Amino acid sequence: MRENLHRFFRAARGAGVRLSPAESIDAMRAVSKVGFTDRTILRDTFLLTLAKTQDEKKALGDCFDLFFDQPEPQSPPEDGKPNEQDADGSNAASDSPSETSDGDEQAEGLGELAQMLLAQDRNQISAAIANAASAASLSDIRYFTQRGIFSGRILDQMGIQRLRDDLDHLAATNPALAERLTNALDGLRGTVRDTVSQALMLYGREEAENLRNEILRNAPLSRIEPRQVEQMRHLIRQIARRLRERYSKPRKRQRRGHLDVRRTIRRNAAWGGVPFLTAWKRRHRDKPKIVALCDVSGSVARVSDFFLLLIHSLHEVVDDVRSFAFSGHLIEVSDILESKPPEEAMAEIMSKVGFGSSDYGSSLADFEDEWMSAITPQTTVIVLGDARSNNLDPRADILRRIAERSKRLVWLNPEGRMAWGWGDSEMPRYSTFCTVVRQCATAKQLERAVSDIVASYQ
Amino acid sequence: MADIRPSASIEAVESGLAAQGYIASRQIATAVYLAQQIEKPILVEGPAGVGKTELAKAIAAWRGMKMIRLQCYEGLDEAKALYEWKYAKQLLYTQILKDKLGEVLGGAPTLEAALNQLHDFGDVFFSKEFVEPRPLLQALEQPAGCVLLIDEIDKSDAEFESLLLEILSDFQVTIPELGTVIAVAPPTVILTSNSERDLGDALKRRCLHLHIGFPEQKLEERIVESRVPGISQTLRRQMVSFIHEVRTLDLKKLPSVSETIDWARVLVLLQAPELGHEMVKDTLNVLLKYEADIEATMPQVSTFIAKASRQNVFG
Repeated sequence: MRENLHRFFRAARGAGVRLSPAESIDAMRAVSKVGFTDRTILRDTFLLTLAKTQDEKKALGDCFDLFFDQPEPQSPPEDGKPNEQDADGSNAASDSPSETSDGDEQAEGLGELAQMLLAQDRNQISAAIANAASAASLSDIRYFTQRGIFSGRILDQMGIQRLRDDLDHLAATNPALAERLTNALDGLRGTVRDTVSQALMLYGREEAENLRNEILRNAPLSRIEPRQVEQMRHLIRQIARRLRERYSKPRKRQRRGHLDVRRTIRRNAAWGGVPFLTAWKRRHRDKPKIVALCDVSGSVARVSDFFLLLIHSLHEVVDDVRSFAFSGHLIEVSDILESKPPEEAMAEIMSKVGFGSSDYGSSLADFEDEWMSAITPQTTVIVLGDARSNNLDPRADILRRIAERSKRLVWLNPEGRMAWGWGDSEMPRYSTFCTVVRQCATAKQLERAVSDIVASYQ
Repeated sequence: MADIRPSASIEAVESGLAAQGYIASRQIATAVYLAQQIEKPILVEGPAGVGKTELAKAIAAWRGMKMIRLQCYEGLDEAKALYEWKYAKQLLYTQILKDKLGEVLGGAPTLEAALNQLHDFGDVFFSKEFVEPRPLLQALEQPAGCVLLIDEIDKSDAEFESLLLEILSDFQVTIPELGTVIAVAPPTVILTSNSERDLGDALKRRCLHLHIGFPEQKLEERIVESRVPGISQTLRRQMVSFIHEVRTLDLKKLPSVSETIDWARVLVLLQAPELGHEMVKDTLNVLLKYEADIEATMPQVSTFIAKASRQNVFG
């Protein structure tokens, strides 16, 4: 049973529940107190000891149900006999040759597997599959490409070689029986394949997800397919959570060495002002204030979409975000993003300003006319765009004034460095006023860029 | 392993808590049973008002133990949670003993000898006498064990969490001047959190993690029954199913169990025979705490009442 528990822990890790050895020890201790008799109690016990968040509880619950759905290896189940009796009454007592002989006389010379298949003893077969699966260490399966290998290994373990010999032999002597056996073998293959698929679901999910996320993280945001958008949103939310965890720590830090005289006197008033307890000055760190200007013209709309989603999921870390979207002209979109779910919000923004041909000059002029006061010396201004202004006046002078008012001016450009300055790109002219200019085409680069911006306030 | 009858002991926990007026789901009872068996703290998470704090009180009452409560808040530190030196007393004692000190050390010819003599008296001023135990230390010193409730841990600073780790895993506290204080009897520790911020993994790892959500309808009816005995069965069923309907709405703050109980009390006080349209509209402010929520619910009231009374007929 302990072996089973270990396999379950491995499956749980596959389901995305983070388990340390200490936690598995705790779970073992807990299980030894409640026993295995009551499955619902066992399930609750695992949920209590192993899962540490709501999401993990759900994942672990599903994993538990899937896992204990499978028969346990080493111990062929005793129940379920009536099930096979109505299949073939006389074959109930499995492999004693005397009873099978009244059905098929030729079955005696055959291998174990062949006899098992002909007897159609479902429980015995599934127990044999489970045993072979653990011998082939099926729980090591990680990728879907390994399905064939593991199916093959399990069948080998079960003695398919002997079965093939038997089949060759029978084909000559007893064609009818051979046909029955071939059919049974096909059935067996199907069952084994199902077992392997289920194991892949249990143990391989994490690896598969990691692989997929890794590919997605490095894919250019502007060119991902529509069906991947949802996955990408999920990934962006994960990134947001990671950034939140990293930067949402309290932002008071004691400054040792600078005595806070007033607080010290107040705190020690009870002892007549004799300073037993000292109080030190604290340095207060600002939460980031961000003004984001996002180009939503055709070429960069997708990237802006994900960028805005990321910035607006950082409430705990970022105090104050004001977002603006532009292509031909510029509007403020903070309220739309705050009040609506991301999909609707993006659709609304796009319908208002999206997909036009971009005019950086007049958009910057719009910004200066109405919202210049939003920029304070604590503000980081982020401009996201390809700086392709269709040969219109770039108005770099406005950008200079923005840079002078703000703490930092960061330009994120989805295009590769090679393309900057080619054609109608005004990047070289703008970049002189920017504190940082970086490429931002993939989720990974997006994470780095936002992380650096937030970190500069720590 | 065959001799263990966990289900029986878990039922015992359930009925024990029920005797104190706390109707626990089986999962809660399992958590309490396990916490006792493997001596681990329980970290209870869930929305406000589902009975996280009540659970600790019920356990204390059921086992007849003292409950020590530590309410967490931002800026809570060692001196307020663990122990503090009684500075004033130390100061007073040194003043009083000043003369005595002269007598004791009077015989010493040199400063060095006096110092050595002083060493022999040991650290008189850093002894147990001068330690003011705060809730955590108090809990460890209870000879008969106790229930230690660390309430709203998510409100405290991250540093405070680290302070708790030693207590939670080993039930001991190290005071540099005195050494390590080990619990006389390990207390039952309950931590509650509203998930205002994510707790550290180290803390979570040391605890059983129990999530109490909104109870199922049947369970909530039993809770109301035990807390508000005067309410009729029809009304009880109607109001609970009404609240379950309200919880399906997208509100700022969903009504939780404590609101259900308050509302039940109000309805009994107003002697409502059953859920009426006007009655609900007048008392909706007991249930919902935001103006926007009340406005969002108002138009739905009639539908919900109809649904609730229909369910009453069939259920």
